[in-house]
Amino acid sequence: MKVILNSRRIQQILKDLTGRIISEIGGRGDIAIVGIRSRGEILGQRLAALLSKKLNKDVLHGTLDITLYRDDLNSPQKNGQPHVRTTEIGFDIEDKIIILVDDVLYTGRSTRAAMDALIDLGRPKAIKLAVLVERAGREFPIQADFVGYRAKVTPDQSVQVSLVESDGKDEVSINQTQEPERKKSKIKLRKK
Amino acid sequence: MKEKRQDKQFVWNRKHLLSLRELSAEEITYILDTAKGFEEISTRSVKKAPPLRGKVVVNLFFEDSTRTRNSFTLAASRLSADVIEFTEKGSSVAKGETLLDTARNLEAMGVDIVVIRHSAGGAPKLLSRSIKACVVNAGDGFCEHPTQGLLDVHTIRKIKGSLKGLKIAIVGDISHSRVARSDMWAMTKLGAEVVFVGPPTLMPSQVGRLPVKVSYSLDDIIEKVDVINMLRIQFERLGGNPFPSVREYSHYFGLTVERMKRAKPDILVMHPGPINRGLEMESEVADGEHSVILEQVKNGLAVRMAVLFLVNQAAALGD
Repeated sequence: MKVILNSRRIQQILKDLTGRIISEIGGRGDIAIVGIRSRGEILGQRLAALLSKKLNKDVLHGTLDITLYRDDLNSPQKNGQPHVRTTEIGFDIEDKIIILVDDVLYTGRSTRAAMDALIDLGRPKAIKLAVLVERAGREFPIQADFVGYRAKVTPDQSVQVSLVESDGKDEVSINQTQEPERKKSKIKLRKK
Repeated sequence: MKEKRQDKQFVWNRKHLLSLRELSAEEITYILDTAKGFEEISTRSVKKAPPLRGKVVVNLFFEDSTRTRNSFTLAASRLSADVIEFTEKGSSVAKGETLLDTARNLEAMGVDIVVIRHSAGGAPKLLSRSIKACVVNAGDGFCEHPTQGLLDVHTIRKIKGSLKGLKIAIVGDISHSRVARSDMWAMTKLGAEVVFVGPPTLMPSQVGRLPVKVSYSLDDIIEKVDVINMLRIQFERLGGNPFPSVREYSHYFGLTVERMKRAKPDILVMHPGPINRGLEMESEVADGEHSVILEQVKNGLAVRMAVLFLVNQAAALGD
């Protein structure tokens, strides 16, 4: 395990993201934040608080549960059964500029699900994607509009985001996933 | 956070919902928590989500029903499933086809979930053993009506927070009531104390074996209970003369405005519907401030969406 972002860096990144969101779309319409459960929800709350402070007005924010929109519901699930939680968006998304917030952008599948879920709630003026960490491995034609940090990882590594509210600390780390680890060491050996 | 972690480990692996008697408290709670996630769908302008897209649900009803059938139809449609409505009248059953043949024929059409109501207790179980599709019990004989039990505890839990320590009275025709049985299992498993109230002629003969108290007087218990569930007198099932007259029944076991004056100020009044107004309950009570009857109907939809979703998820696990 290798820590790539500590608590201070994460705070700084969220501040930077806030600034970039305001300078790029601040004047173009009503911004509302929608976080994807579960860590995107927490990041969304923090971004909404930072934006509210900067803009001197309450920025609306809500939480999206994308379980019902996942594309793997009818295939055997590798990572355990998904659990349905609640979507809590207490405002009308019609004509708003929605900043969709997630912790990591990887395959793009969650983002696809989130966009479909949002569109079932109404017709936003635009949907923008903000992520704390972006990594390679896209399986869908999706990219983020606001990226906090670009992590350089190999396909056999995973990015783990921990946040105070859910995990007791703010930290982003890179972990080796079990199986391909062996593969990687083989490659290393060959190189040597 | 602790709760989340438990959540992750829990796996729902029942592809049939046959009874609440066989479910654990954890399983019941899991269905109710899942149901919360489905409530939001019904508040949208586009009341639909896609998890059962391409799935076929058949409503196989061998008994009359409006509420339950419509609720299941709507639940399945809101999850984007296609729904086949099957009624005994005008079907091949009228020509002598057996239950299993009917079900197997429907299965041959590619049905994924069978929602069945049947006058014979155990029919859903029999079906679940003979076909590959998921089976959901929508009421079997005098045995169980699991989704009604679930929506009743869901309604109570949403308002009271928890069922632990609550005193709940179920009043009326207990012996013919599958609702009473499903309610009893769900409520006692979640920690409530249940008392069956009614005339001795409408009590099941083996009531002593059930995890409930029994009272033959509504006046004795009305002050003590937190929730009162008034069952419908099922005239279509009553044989003989279980009570001398409707007026006498209503005098002793009807929920009247007078009786309500003695009840706890935060009592919840429930009824599985359809109400015989003026018999089990006076109209003023049915429409009064303590009544959560329409909440029950609303919650029934979310609970049924959760059940359909979960049995389908369990079926996906098995593939």
